[in-house]
Amino acid sequence: MGPIQPEKNEPVFHEPWEGRSYAVTRAMGAWGRWNLDASRFQRELIAPVDYFRMGYYERWIAALTELMLKTDLITSTELESGRPDPRSAKQHPPLTAEKVPFLVAKGIPARRNVQVAACFTVGQTVRARNIHPVGHTRLPRYARGRTGTIDRDHGVFLFPDTNALFLGEKPQHVYSVRFAACELWGDQASPKDSVYLDLWDDYLEPARIDSAV
Amino acid sequence: MTTTRRDFLTAAVTAAGAAVTPGHTLAHEHTHDHDHDHQVVPSDPALRVKALESLLVEKGLVDHAALDALIDTYEHKVGPRNGARVVARAWADPEYRQRLLTSSDAAIAELGYGGLQGEHMVVVENTPRVHNLVVCTLCSCYPWPVLGLPPVWYKSAAYRSRSVIDPRGVLREFGLYLADDVEVRVWDSTAELRYLVLPERPSGTEEMSEAEMAGLVTRDAMVGVAKIAAPVEGGAA
Repeated sequence: MGPIQPEKNEPVFHEPWEGRSYAVTRAMGAWGRWNLDASRFQRELIAPVDYFRMGYYERWIAALTELMLKTDLITSTELESGRPDPRSAKQHPPLTAEKVPFLVAKGIPARRNVQVAACFTVGQTVRARNIHPVGHTRLPRYARGRTGTIDRDHGVFLFPDTNALFLGEKPQHVYSVRFAACELWGDQASPKDSVYLDLWDDYLEPARIDSAV
Repeated sequence: MTTTRRDFLTAAVTAAGAAVTPGHTLAHEHTHDHDHDHQVVPSDPALRVKALESLLVEKGLVDHAALDALIDTYEHKVGPRNGARVVARAWADPEYRQRLLTSSDAAIAELGYGGLQGEHMVVVENTPRVHNLVVCTLCSCYPWPVLGLPPVWYKSAAYRSRSVIDPRGVLREFGLYLADDVEVRVWDSTAELRYLVLPERPSGTEEMSEAEMAGLVTRDAMVGVAKIAAPVEGGAA
């Protein structure tokens, strides 16, 4: 993957269009036609060869464009002509300048205040399931099948795998799970080091004794 | 340039899981129910985004002033200075430090920060024995209310992939050499929790005010790729 290349005095946006891409994406999200997980999933659907060629905000715009087409906020004819369909009525943007400070300050919480039983307890040894969903998931490949320990219970959050596909929020507990670096990467890792991942109940199973050996 | 324009359209129109075949990169080689030769979407990202914004404004889908306000927020109002104030307060006030580590959202809100992409915060503390490093291997999750939008390196494939496998090597590239007996904890932001590193307070700050200490705190230290250097002699201390 090559070296990390930090830039001195990096601006927030390198070009004005990056800022516009960022802002348009946020403003269109206010229509409520999709959610954060659906946005992430749409970016993941960009073909790998395009994904790596595109800049960060180019991916945002590509995914946003697709989401707007899918949800009929715009049509492909409008996209190509750059002009609104003359038959369509002009709408009223849900996000106005006056509402921006509230959006920024309040955010879009993913925590859900519902009573859901936790499947695991702090200190318990668990294994990340060796599953390979074809849709969106927040269970990284490098942890699948690996054994770790529940470090803390963050409480109940919506579940991205179903949320991204508009199949419901399926609220469940999220835990910080500690994996020894050697469990993930073998002997090349330092025995002192560890990686913590935030994982949902559906990503975990109790570790059997033989799996720890 | 034409190829870039068409690639954009290809990505936009076919991204939903459709296989992008080599033929798709040449508009005249594939069939669609519309004619690409008549489209006016420009090739350059700047022009493309401008055309898109103008369409959305004309349709009444976005408000031009709201876009300006969003950009202004992250260019001028929300950034690592916020996090630096949180860190300096924690250094100055042991009770605040305790609240910050145990009830991070509430403690950060005491200074007026919170909200978008920092709704659920976790603060992890560096000590002489433990060094914390934050990454998002899956995308670019980052605690906006206290650090602003992430720098390009944080979003790069190199950082995202290497920081979990070889954190010590990554830290060396940032000029930070950790002893073998220091424990490294990497926090992969896979859910909606956002992580802030509370760096170690450097020596030579005993007489400093909170505001002076905040001036020492860097973004990189709050991500965990740097430590905070002691103030230079003859400086604010």
